[in-house]
Amino acid sequence: MAAISRDDVAHLAKLARIEMLPEELDHLATELGQILGAVARVQEVATSNIAPTSHPLSMSNVFRDDVVKPSLTNEEALSGAPAKVDDRFKVPQILGEE
Amino acid sequence: MTLDYQAATEKYEPTLGLEVHVELNTNSKMFCSCATEFGAEPNTQTCPVCLGLPGALPVVNGKAIESTILIGLALNCSIAPYSRFARKNYFYPDMPKNFQTSQYDEPICVDGYLDVEITTEEGTKVFRVEIERVHMEEDTGKSLHVGGSTGRIHGAEYSLLDYNRAGIPLVEIVTKIIPGTGKYAPQVARAYVTQLRDILRSLGVSDVKMEQGSLRCDANVSLAPIGSGKLGTRSETKNVNSLRSVERALTGEIERQANRLEAGERIIQETRHFLEESGLTRPGRSKEQAEDYRYFPEPDLVPVTPDAKWIEELRAKLPENPADRRKRLQAEWGVPDSEMGSLVNAELVDVVEETIKLGAEPTRARTWWLGEISRVANEREVAPTSLISTRSVAEIISLITSGELTDKLARQVVEGVINGEGSPKDVIEKRGLKVVSDGSALMAAIEAAISAQPDTAERVRGGNIPAAGALIGAVMKATGGAADAAKVRELLLKHLGQG
Amino acid sequence: MSSIHLTAAEMASALSKGEVSSVELTKEHLDRIALVDGKINAFLYVDSEGALTQAEAIDKKRAKGGELSPLAGIPIAVKDILAQKGIPTTAGSKILEGWRPPYDATVISKLKAAGVVILGKTNMDEFAMGSSTENSAYGTTQNPWDLSRTPGGSSGGSAAAVAAFEAPLAIGTDTGGSIRQPAALTGIVGVKPTYGGVSRYGVIAYSSSLDQVGPFGRTVLDTALLHEAIAGHDERDSTSINAPVPQVVAAAKRLDVKGMKIGVIKELSGSGFQAGVSARIAESLELLVAAGAEIVEVSCPNFEYALAAYYLIAPSEASSNLARFDSMRYGIRIGDDGSRGAEEVMSATREAGFGKEVKRRIILGTYALSSGYYDAYYGSAQKVRTLVKQDFEKAFAKVDVLVSPVTPTTAFKIGEKSSDPVAMYLSDIATIPVNMAGIGGMSLPVGLAEEDGLPVGLQIMAPLMQDDRFYRVGATLEAALLAKWGKPILSNAPDLAAQK
Repeated sequence: MAAISRDDVAHLAKLARIEMLPEELDHLATELGQILGAVARVQEVATSNIAPTSHPLSMSNVFRDDVVKPSLTNEEALSGAPAKVDDRFKVPQILGEE
Repeated sequence: MTLDYQAATEKYEPTLGLEVHVELNTNSKMFCSCATEFGAEPNTQTCPVCLGLPGALPVVNGKAIESTILIGLALNCSIAPYSRFARKNYFYPDMPKNFQTSQYDEPICVDGYLDVEITTEEGTKVFRVEIERVHMEEDTGKSLHVGGSTGRIHGAEYSLLDYNRAGIPLVEIVTKIIPGTGKYAPQVARAYVTQLRDILRSLGVSDVKMEQGSLRCDANVSLAPIGSGKLGTRSETKNVNSLRSVERALTGEIERQANRLEAGERIIQETRHFLEESGLTRPGRSKEQAEDYRYFPEPDLVPVTPDAKWIEELRAKLPENPADRRKRLQAEWGVPDSEMGSLVNAELVDVVEETIKLGAEPTRARTWWLGEISRVANEREVAPTSLISTRSVAEIISLITSGELTDKLARQVVEGVINGEGSPKDVIEKRGLKVVSDGSALMAAIEAAISAQPDTAERVRGGNIPAAGALIGAVMKATGGAADAAKVRELLLKHLGQG
Repeated sequence: MSSIHLTAAEMASALSKGEVSSVELTKEHLDRIALVDGKINAFLYVDSEGALTQAEAIDKKRAKGGELSPLAGIPIAVKDILAQKGIPTTAGSKILEGWRPPYDATVISKLKAAGVVILGKTNMDEFAMGSSTENSAYGTTQNPWDLSRTPGGSSGGSAAAVAAFEAPLAIGTDTGGSIRQPAALTGIVGVKPTYGGVSRYGVIAYSSSLDQVGPFGRTVLDTALLHEAIAGHDERDSTSINAPVPQVVAAAKRLDVKGMKIGVIKELSGSGFQAGVSARIAESLELLVAAGAEIVEVSCPNFEYALAAYYLIAPSEASSNLARFDSMRYGIRIGDDGSRGAEEVMSATREAGFGKEVKRRIILGTYALSSGYYDAYYGSAQKVRTLVKQDFEKAFAKVDVLVSPVTPTTAFKIGEKSSDPVAMYLSDIATIPVNMAGIGGMSLPVGLAEEDGLPVGLQIMAPLMQDDRFYRVGATLEAALLAKWGKPILSNAPDLAAQK
């Protein structure tokens, strides 16, 4: 059974940008351990000679013509914005870039 | 004691790696039909797809695939019979879906090369730069950071986002590591990016404007003691926005790394930013932990499987390699290296070729573009081609060749065309610049000169050819310089039985 | 006399004969919603104004003798996972509270173009993650058969609305059984078409390689009519099939299974299935034999791994699909007090805006895709997917359709499984293989379980793009069941209006 530590969950939560409370991390560590224990069964049959299927249909080369179609208006684009300034989305300060 | 560049490269061997991002010049975006025009009003070229609205789905722009295959072919790559898009997962506010649709372990073009030529004091050297992969992805939006430079009052800082650029097709061209360039590493890097730019331009797939960001270069370099056979830890320098900067950034970075090593310090694997003003690099914000991009095949898109027929059709469209073409034209035109170099640097090879195709005499075509027209262009800080068309230049040159214009008059015609006075013919007419080439008008002047100086005429008749100079001078004077001296001489000598 | 108990086909006939107008039909359904939805909680949003405007337009067009599609003027309920321009669309999540899309999903455009009257948006498990609607941020939907039980999920609102006669038709989505399971638990018909048969454009993605939009109806024919109205190639969806839509309406009228081979999947029968469920399935097979079909037992040995693979693939894709909900461009924003950076505000919003199950699956998916674990989890799950596909291919080489129960049990009590995720996941054991292989499947009500009097669903599966086959078998069996019981199964449901 796969053991998932609280720190593992904290790391995953950070990757997934979810600010979890300590008790949530503990709870999830236990649950994830159980779930992973159950789903790890896939490894029993997934041998190296089997090709993976990432898609149910075998389609390829679906392309569009390089033709411009009307965009949303600025108002429509910003209609759901939690905050905006003039014609741009306003977001909290972005760190990690200059 | 610090090592200068010379000393650094005498002791350490640099190994390069270059990643170039190119924005394709398709009409519409990579995965949606929004326009890609540069400089449009913010958030007016967006739709549910490129804004990452819930429910929206991508559809691949076929033209972008073609352009990418063309790039791959021009770089001698193999085109993968099966390639896929993958999601690169990381959060960033300028990336609407918080994943970038890119390619991972199944890129469309692999294993190519570009032979890069540099000029050194030891003569011309050629380095083969091996290309690892060419793959497709999408650009991000643009953020504008407001407030916070001084005072740092909490609450005063925020960012503004414009997603017009989000989803514009990008092609990433990644080299394998480039060993063995020694002290020429920065020069090779610059030449590589230059040649790559020329190829992309000749393919017509991108605007390749570094200053507008349609061509961006990230330069990796690591150092190891010469002869050690090892690879050092590399740094990656971003924000390199001109060809000259590629060379400067690497020179600076090689010096910096060499001095760190000399001081017994370690090189940190990091991203550095190039500072245009100082030519130095400084570290980017270090990440607390290495990103884990969790790549997986993009389930909303199907594989790209170009068949051999399609690839051959595209291969047939490939223009001549710009470097080969340059060599061919140089040979055809019989131009020395230095002059060809000037034409290349001034980006005038194409216009000169076109002018010649339109009937202009090759030497004059080069001289006029590189001389008078470039001079005016420099004065006005515009591109030479924006001043005058190749057709007008070819027309003016033909008139010079046929003797209807002198160089002096032609300069005035060029000036008139540049100033918007109309076509060369219009300018000639309006300014009355036509060379007196009409036989009868010239003959009248010649006969007048002979009557005025009968003795001189007699000496010429007697075989004293140099004496004709005085008569020619008189004719030129009489026509106010509007006659072609050679033509006058020819007519005069003929008239005096010496032709 | 109210028309709400008619089938959609009967409504269409009444409309064309002028016996009822679309406005009348729409008002009757809006009245029904007002009367019973307080008990059911099937709808998250009722668009009375939009519905009546559309109904009026259709009535006018009909009066002028204009060309109308078969479902013109008939009301429908739509799962709140499809973007509808200007109409609140939440996917059952708090994080999208108040969002009004600036565009229509392709299915919505098709419904509008067909003159179908959209009554409103139905409740669902948040982002379609769940099997009971208990994971909705807006309260659980109750099963019209027993208000203490769940209607199943994730399209529980749509199924309950149809079962409670709030709408004759509904749209759902099915990623691991989210149409078929609630259809089974509420005694109606639900179809998961072949993957790529119906456009996913505008459908808020849970697991892109598994999600599929499909119809609910109270009869096989009604379901087929809706299926044809929404199916077809869409150039906005790269995974949409560019081929003619299977003739499902014609198939639903054929009522003949003579000579057809029907495979019973050994691994999806017997122990693990409620006795009353198994009994009804067995009875259905007898009726099919009586109608001239041949029953063959087939084995699909890898199905037992399908559930595990599903709970790796779906969360993995979901962890990426749901990354866009970051409060930067739409949806709620939490914690933007001016002192926190974008990254912190994203994290605070996602913590507050996502429910427990969604967070659980995002973390699970993040884990399964992370470097060092990808091959063991996501990679292995994709291999199982290959094995499941191969099992189906081998089975379909021998038979025309496959059958199984839709669910191991009838509708379970609200709260019964909500604290045990693994137990909840097990309710999808029979439906998941279909999504893994991309084929289509139908849930057909085949009677009530003796022990609890609750509906039982039979799952009928057909090969890729052969969706007409399960309509043919379903319609034949439906007719045989009607002949046997004398009335539709749904007529056994309690009278909601009389209930407190």
